[in-house]
Amino acid sequence: MTTIFDASRPGRVNLQHAPEAPPVTTLPTRFLRATPPPLPRVSELQVVRHFTRLSQHNFSVDTHFYPLGSCTMKYNPRVCHTLASLPGFLDRHPLASEESGQGVLRTLYELQEMLKEIAGMQAVSLVPMAGAQGEFAGVAMIRAYHLARGDDQRTEMLIPDAAHGTNPATAAICGFTVREIPTNAQGDVDLDALAAAAGPRTAGLMLTNPSTLGVFERRILRMASIIHDAGGLLYYDGANLNAVAGRVRPGDMGFDAVHFNVHKTFATPHGGGGPGAGPVGVGERLAPHLPVPVVGRRLLDNGSEWFFQMTQQDLPDSIGPLAAFAGNVGVLIRAYIYLRMIGADGLRRVADFATLNANYLMARLAAAGFTVAFPERRATHEFIISLQFEATNFGVTALDFAKRLLDYDCYAPTIYFPALIPESMLIEPTETESRETLDHFAEAMIAIRQEAQNDPQRLRTAPHAVPVPGKGPGRLDATRAARKPDLIWKEHIVS
Amino acid sequence: MPFIPHTPADIAAMLQRIGAPDTDTLFDEVPAELRCPPLQLPPALNEMAVTRLMRERAGAKPGGLCFIGAGAYEHHIPAAVWEIASRGEFLTAYTPYQAEASQGTLQVLYEFQTMMAGLTGMDAANASMYDGASALAEAALMAVRANEGKGRKLLIPTSVHPHYRQVVHTLTRYQGIEVIEIPFDPVEGRVLPGTLTQYRGRGVAALIVPQPNFFGILEEADELTDWAKQEGALVIGLVNPVTLGLLAPPGAWGDGGADIACGEGQPLGAPLASGGPYFGFLCCRQELLRQMPGRIVGRTVDAAGNPGFILTLQAREQHIRRSRATSNICTNQGIMTIAAAIHLSLLGPEGLARVAAACHANTLALTSQLLEIPGVTRIFTGPGFHEVALRLPKPSRPVLAQLARLGIQGGYRLEEHYPKLSRGILACATETRTQADIDHYAATLTWVLNVKEG
Repeated sequence: MTTIFDASRPGRVNLQHAPEAPPVTTLPTRFLRATPPPLPRVSELQVVRHFTRLSQHNFSVDTHFYPLGSCTMKYNPRVCHTLASLPGFLDRHPLASEESGQGVLRTLYELQEMLKEIAGMQAVSLVPMAGAQGEFAGVAMIRAYHLARGDDQRTEMLIPDAAHGTNPATAAICGFTVREIPTNAQGDVDLDALAAAAGPRTAGLMLTNPSTLGVFERRILRMASIIHDAGGLLYYDGANLNAVAGRVRPGDMGFDAVHFNVHKTFATPHGGGGPGAGPVGVGERLAPHLPVPVVGRRLLDNGSEWFFQMTQQDLPDSIGPLAAFAGNVGVLIRAYIYLRMIGADGLRRVADFATLNANYLMARLAAAGFTVAFPERRATHEFIISLQFEATNFGVTALDFAKRLLDYDCYAPTIYFPALIPESMLIEPTETESRETLDHFAEAMIAIRQEAQNDPQRLRTAPHAVPVPGKGPGRLDATRAARKPDLIWKEHIVS
Repeated sequence: MPFIPHTPADIAAMLQRIGAPDTDTLFDEVPAELRCPPLQLPPALNEMAVTRLMRERAGAKPGGLCFIGAGAYEHHIPAAVWEIASRGEFLTAYTPYQAEASQGTLQVLYEFQTMMAGLTGMDAANASMYDGASALAEAALMAVRANEGKGRKLLIPTSVHPHYRQVVHTLTRYQGIEVIEIPFDPVEGRVLPGTLTQYRGRGVAALIVPQPNFFGILEEADELTDWAKQEGALVIGLVNPVTLGLLAPPGAWGDGGADIACGEGQPLGAPLASGGPYFGFLCCRQELLRQMPGRIVGRTVDAAGNPGFILTLQAREQHIRRSRATSNICTNQGIMTIAAAIHLSLLGPEGLARVAAACHANTLALTSQLLEIPGVTRIFTGPGFHEVALRLPKPSRPVLAQLARLGIQGGYRLEEHYPKLSRGILACATETRTQADIDHYAATLTWVLNVKEG
């Protein structure tokens, strides 16, 4: 392993990206730094080679099957990236004149309209910069709604125990106490427990449907009336919308607020950890509280349309802005292009084939003897297997399976989430994978289980062949990383 | 079918394996009354048609020559930055949970953390926040958590970007934090350290110091830092990373240095793009590490002692700690930080210093040329870096609108958030503006101001 700092040499200067400039002489020295910043001194070829080489040490959708449950790692159409990178989109300053932004504002306005239709909501704000910020917006709006009505006793947010960690974290940031609702053996929320918990202190319920257990919450209408009857509101975590888009709408299920993960449902690239975008949609009651800016449209006297950004002045009850400017506009443009390419029929196909692939792979693994978490249920776009039997009988864990899958050219599914299922593996193949790829994965799992019986040590020390066979690194020591944090390169300061 | 590979034979065989007659059956657990009619969306376009549509949208009205800064800056981005950052191996990977299959992303993030910590003079950096405004809000929450015994008051000068102050308010309002806005001096355009005495002994947990501030003026960061330290308050430096090529890093402010440094990463390789995606950076001193939100990459070893990289200190995060996490953030701005690491590697220390110096010189040139126009005056006397607040002899809204029609984005209208700064604009000239651009702006503004109304 070589870092960019190892290639740095004193005196190596690459100045073609910075114009000549007179030295700064007018400012008192107390404002200036005493030594140059500790950045590497490297040539352009060294930079290009180093970072290109590093890219080759990654698994990605473009190179590998990536069945990471709950993350929807499907194909990201290249054209969305190419067109969102047109100079006309990239070069416009966020505070440039509204006139210069008519093309991008029209695009964002139309995206708002499409998202309203997909979610069955009354109004949409695109500004949240990731799903978690969309969650914040949704829950903060619920809080603002109750407070605006003078209802300040609603301090509890109800959240199923299988929820994503962001749900309780978000509720806490918005000042709510989290009340967990248990799940029953069929993977449904325990309705009796929900009814017992709902009351005058209930601000709302946060729910993902299909749930994180990979099943559809069948009694959602009953749940919605329990919450609404208690005076609470329902928040839809859009993490799993890919499974039902075009077939079921959160608004029709009774939800009052929803966030979309554009990366998951609308195929924007995940970028190794972002940027995402987490637009929020709301029903009538929460519409006054939407985060700003929201894109508006008016008709001019000559009949043409004019698009503009509504601010807090236009929406005085807004929870406020969440970003310095308009949020992750470039990501939203990618989502718009994707939706324009697939249309309503295509969106329904997304749900259909994501579900077909998940149910097929679940059936194959079940037939091969793996333990499916909810065998009597339909899988949605994802499903869970438990490797508890393998752990007990062969002494290998879900982690060992995950690491060994890397050697079979498959990124590992999500493991140990949801925590309700022991030794769990949450598998989401997505709609863009072929049957051949699913078969390869199933065969890899079968082969690995064979290895677990014959040579468990091979699994416990996996991976063996990534990123470069024989060159490692092998399985990394996570405990040491946390105990003795080494977070920055220290020996590189060469000035 | 676009992006779906299944043949009719595949579908039939897969349904048979599942034991379902058709795809609709796979949704039989969805109550019938919930199934929605076909959505009303625009008709699907093929790649050729959508290309034509988006070219029209992108080219509708180009913005022209940009002299606006105010939190987003037009800098030269070397071609290699996005050539490499757009590689599918980086672009289409997830957050690097399986470390051994994500060494590329992880190592770049480790190098990014090193560069940001080095630029700001801090001990550690995270792998990014959403943008500068949300990074400041998270820094504020982090400081209050870390300084719990001291109180829950946060001092934020009104010389901080007005949008940032609004976002801090939005993101902290439900956590019982009292955000106190402290005024800037109307003559100098910055906080006078002497005015802070009224907050002495009042339970201030943290002070935010913007450097340079929203008006491009340099605050007396050393004095402000020392004052806060005497008060037992933490110091949050809000900085522009390009200016750190020349300016003193927050870690070197005053006697002890700032405790947290944060800011907008856009100047490091992110296109303006109507507002995003950009990225926020967040750095801190070692003692505050476990209060820092967001992803952090660490270096470790495998069983044979080979080095490698891994996400670490995850006990701070929402997927482990749930309602007691430091933040709900998970996905951040990954690919933008990869671009920033490449950008900084291509510039190097001398290159970054030169870009900062060129921005400073161009803004000085712009200032002196615009000040030659009768009636144009400088609003503040404090030392400026790469942005300038000017007062026009006429209302700024029509002047800026007229400039925009003539192909010049002339600046940010200060009255938007500072009603007292009437006829004020905030302008900048980065290294991408030439002397000819500046001449053109000065000549056009002269013409616009001389046009008789009516």
